[in-house]
Amino acid sequence: MRNILMGLAAFALASVAMGAQAQDKQVNIAVSIPAADHGWTGGVVYHAERAKKTLEARYPGLKITVKTSPDGASQANALEDLTAQGIDALVTLPHNSDELTDPIRQVKEKGIFVTVVDRALSDQTIQDLYVAGNNPELGRVAGEYIKKELGGKGDVVVIRGLPIVIDEERQKGFDEAIQGSDINVLDRQFGNWSRDDAFKVMQDYLAKYKKIDAVWCQDDDMAVGVLEAIQQANRSDIKFVVGGAGMKDMIKRVADGDSMIPVDVLYPPAMIATAMELTAGNFHDQVPVRGNYILDATLITKDNANEFYFPDSPF
Amino acid sequence: MSNTTAAQTARRSLGDIDLRAVAPFVALAVLFAFGAMVNPNFVGIDNLLNVVTRSAFIAIIAVGATFVISAGGLDLSVGSMSAFVAGTMILFLNTGLIASDVGMIAAAMLLALAVGALCGLANGLITTLGRIEPFIVTLGTMGIFRALTIYLAEGGSIAIKSQELRAAYRPVYFSNLLGVPIPVIVILVVAVVGAFIFYRTRFGRHVTAVGSNEEVARYSGISVNRVRTLTYVIQGLCVATAVLVYVPRLGAATPTTGLLWELQAITAVVIGGTALRGGVGRIWGTICGALILEMVGNIMVLSDLVSEYLIGAVQGAIIIIAMLIQRSLGRR
Repeated sequence: MRNILMGLAAFALASVAMGAQAQDKQVNIAVSIPAADHGWTGGVVYHAERAKKTLEARYPGLKITVKTSPDGASQANALEDLTAQGIDALVTLPHNSDELTDPIRQVKEKGIFVTVVDRALSDQTIQDLYVAGNNPELGRVAGEYIKKELGGKGDVVVIRGLPIVIDEERQKGFDEAIQGSDINVLDRQFGNWSRDDAFKVMQDYLAKYKKIDAVWCQDDDMAVGVLEAIQQANRSDIKFVVGGAGMKDMIKRVADGDSMIPVDVLYPPAMIATAMELTAGNFHDQVPVRGNYILDATLITKDNANEFYFPDSPF
Repeated sequence: MSNTTAAQTARRSLGDIDLRAVAPFVALAVLFAFGAMVNPNFVGIDNLLNVVTRSAFIAIIAVGATFVISAGGLDLSVGSMSAFVAGTMILFLNTGLIASDVGMIAAAMLLALAVGALCGLANGLITTLGRIEPFIVTLGTMGIFRALTIYLAEGGSIAIKSQELRAAYRPVYFSNLLGVPIPVIVILVVAVVGAFIFYRTRFGRHVTAVGSNEEVARYSGISVNRVRTLTYVIQGLCVATAVLVYVPRLGAATPTTGLLWELQAITAVVIGGTALRGGVGRIWGTICGALILEMVGNIMVLSDLVSEYLIGAVQGAIIIIAMLIQRSLGRR
């Protein structure tokens, strides 16, 4: 994975150098993403806008249109509208893979370069480029950390997201990591990736179990609610909480050495920017980019936290 | 003619008030017994206080919804309105205009109430003056308030920046007065004030009159539009009051703040015995309905009876059963 990151750095340098030569080439890229319906997608919107600014400044002939949609059906409509405007490439984070596979296929059939982000399509031959975080790895890294910190033995509660593929993959990675150890998962409930719901579920866990060693809630938004519930209950048995994604407040806590949030597992909304960079590079710099680009689920610790800290991001 | 109808309404509600009004409380008691059976921790005082405290947002909003629905209206915008009011309130707190923390919080509270009242007024005026179905109007404002919140948050969340301010405001959700959590006291105050206005004032009687028969109410000299609009203003004030308790809990407004609260509030109102078609309202029943909703969720997490995938189905079934218990009591 490190190699890929190094590669990206080299690529970014190369694209700056070559930008001057490719100045007048007219390219239209459409970016279709979900509306900011929770913290993480809010981050996606922020980073899409940020990448639009930097890329348009770097490549004068480039025009990027960012369009957000509140649900799968309206995203399908948005795809049609965007295509009708005449685009060279589509970068999309689909609401739902099954629902949007066919609309994206229609875009592809018009000869448009398709980059899919985060959620793989049901038919993977459609996409030219696939950029994603690593969901099973996010679960595995969290599981490995909890196993190591608790010395292979302890009681853990899990708060899940929503019943969709991403959540299943994360759970599976987590379960594989703790398999064979004496880590006992007391309970799993859905917290809908919402602070308020995670707060409620955690309050109920605290009422139900007298001893909990650690909490895995796979998402930093939910970690906020979990911490608040623990603080209210004045419980000292919980040693730490492991979230995920890389919300700035949580990364700050990791950097500050907060004992309740010792680590975070990266699943960056900024992956949309990675996808946009690569797609623009394909047109302006003639860099080969087709294929799968899977970002690491990096374990963020006190030592590397500053690398992932975006103080201006909403997420 | 109008007088006889009004009199009949009064007599009817007096005649069967006992069983119908008691029914939601019976459903709550049955649910309570069920919870105690499922997990002994359920009846622990900490758990019960958690549940009642958590129900504060929906309960307070639902008191407002009782007014709106009794008058024959509907407000679908309360969830996004909560997020919007919370967002503006936190943004104001972040300006740091007033040096003292207490003064700042008090000013922010007043601002929140004003914003809530204005949002409600907008709903009310568009519905009455524009003569548009409240379902459509509030569906529209639901989208508007939600989008404005996301716009203000620039797609992320709006959090209280100053840690001192956050610490000063936090007790409003987490502390208690003589062992009773503050949010529970707020529920009681809102319910008592709401019940007083609804049952003891002329305005309250006008609300039910307008809800049961608009034409008759108009001929008896009630300003229907004014009454209707005021119910939306009351709804807005209730939303703002709920926000005053919500903000100190997590100190932030996020895109998921208030999501689907409108459905929960309407469900609480209906479980409480208020007629969805208008004309009958029960404030205390509404509070009871909000408690039932929150308790169902709590029992589900405390029990190991069903897989986490099926919780939604069981919650739905329990709500329907609660209604059936009510109905069977009401018929007798």
